[in-house]
Amino acid sequence: MSLPRRAWLQGVGASLAAAALSGCNRVTEDPRIVKALASAEDLNRGVQRLFGRTALAREFGKADISPFFKPNGSIDPPDADYKAHAAAGFADWKLIVDGLVERPLALSLAELRALPARTQITRHDCVEGWSCIGEWTGAKMSAIAALAGLKPAAKHIVLYCADTLGGAKYYETLDLVDVLHPQTILAYDMNGAPLTTPHGAPIRLRAERYLGYKQAKYVMRLEAVESFAHIAGGQGGYWEDQGYDRFGGI
Amino acid sequence: MGAPVSKPVKVLVSRHSRIVRITHWVNAIALFFLLLSGLQIFNAHPALYWGQRSDFAHPWLLTGAYEAGGQLHGVTRIGDAAFDTTGFLGASKERGIVVARGFPAWLTIPAQRYLALGRRWHFFFAWLFAINGAILMASALISGHLRRDLVPTGDQLRPTHVIAEVWHHLRLRFPKGEEARRYNVLQKSAYLGVVALLLPLMVLTGMTMSPSLDAMFPGLVDLFGGRQSARSIHFITASLIVLFFAVHMAMVVLSGTWNNIRSMITGRYAIEVPPPAAEPVGDAP
Repeated sequence: MSLPRRAWLQGVGASLAAAALSGCNRVTEDPRIVKALASAEDLNRGVQRLFGRTALAREFGKADISPFFKPNGSIDPPDADYKAHAAAGFADWKLIVDGLVERPLALSLAELRALPARTQITRHDCVEGWSCIGEWTGAKMSAIAALAGLKPAAKHIVLYCADTLGGAKYYETLDLVDVLHPQTILAYDMNGAPLTTPHGAPIRLRAERYLGYKQAKYVMRLEAVESFAHIAGGQGGYWEDQGYDRFGGI
Repeated sequence: MGAPVSKPVKVLVSRHSRIVRITHWVNAIALFFLLLSGLQIFNAHPALYWGQRSDFAHPWLLTGAYEAGGQLHGVTRIGDAAFDTTGFLGASKERGIVVARGFPAWLTIPAQRYLALGRRWHFFFAWLFAINGAILMASALISGHLRRDLVPTGDQLRPTHVIAEVWHHLRLRFPKGEEARRYNVLQKSAYLGVVALLLPLMVLTGMTMSPSLDAMFPGLVDLFGGRQSARSIHFITASLIVLFFAVHMAMVVLSGTWNNIRSMITGRYAIEVPPPAAEPVGDAP
């Protein structure tokens, strides 16, 4: 085969491949198609809500703890407020609890540590596919909810975080069934020591039946809401606003 | 002189029931999207481990990239062995530029790195795949398809028969006539292995990777020896299904492309049988 002809054929082949790829992308990223695909999320959540509302995540022994627990996402928040609190050892830091509650709260770390607590050695599953095992001690979310007194209209808790990631503030949302789940805690200790900055100091969420992106770090404020549609991208979380499923259990 | 040699006659036999045909094609479509979106998900962390947790320094399989001489090279490690897989695994072209990625853009849904969207495709087709598989298995059990068509019979399992069948396949000589009415022992083993073992393994190992389902069915984690083991088995089983697909395609083509394809669409499969008995010729004894 002559060279020009071969080059021409290669060119045609490459263009066809490119056309096929861009055609594929038009299909795989079409908003209507993606919306239809996303309906599977309701099935995933439905299975859990129907058959496993109160199921507990597996707890492991001390020997199973990962020697190295990979921190992911923000590992050193650039935000000035956060840096000031961290420099002061979170001495004046307070967790704000407000929204649809009877008694808005501002809890210091000492007050959080005085609340009913739970220690659990659990597996952390990143949406990327890896897993690490760590021990977490923290205040039970159900205790905080009881202290603040949720109003009947409250359906979700929004967790506002200190860290800015990719230009947007991190946040997450939990349904009440998960707020009241016994393994849902705001952890202040990891592997027996106070939480370090890469892992979310001063407190992070542990909702053990969900992927890593649900485990919000650097939690500054809890707000009880009826709907989260008005917050940021409206999808119920930083990663959710970028297309990840809000359920996050699979 | 004997009777004139008459040609065998082609007859169309009923090969595949409607439920088998429908579930076959639904399965094919679901597996296509599951595989390609699955490779997108694999690319988010292109390393596999055994056990409950990831020992990041010791994956048993890794597709990585490193820079040398101003160029990005792809490397695939299996245990202690490393292979240069530039252009395919570890590093390949995306929009004309070589980037670090496990599997190449032309093998993933969507093409560029987009884990969130890959997951949307994967979990939608996972439901379709699981429901379709459950329908097929239930119907195969109830209708007798499993016992009648898929489980090898005693005579097929005799070692001499198995060896002969392998030998015939290697020479690309496939059963004819009455023997072609049923699956041969290699077909039965392959189909049974896929339907009863590989496909359910995909669903179960997939479920084991879900922290929510693990809480509901803790036995799953024990069954596979941990979430990371389940992820590894998910990948290996998918690879075996790809291998089955390659052999399946080769066999479809080699043993009569259109006859095979027609039988999976209309249900009718042509076999050649001896002609109806001719009039006796010559003296009767």
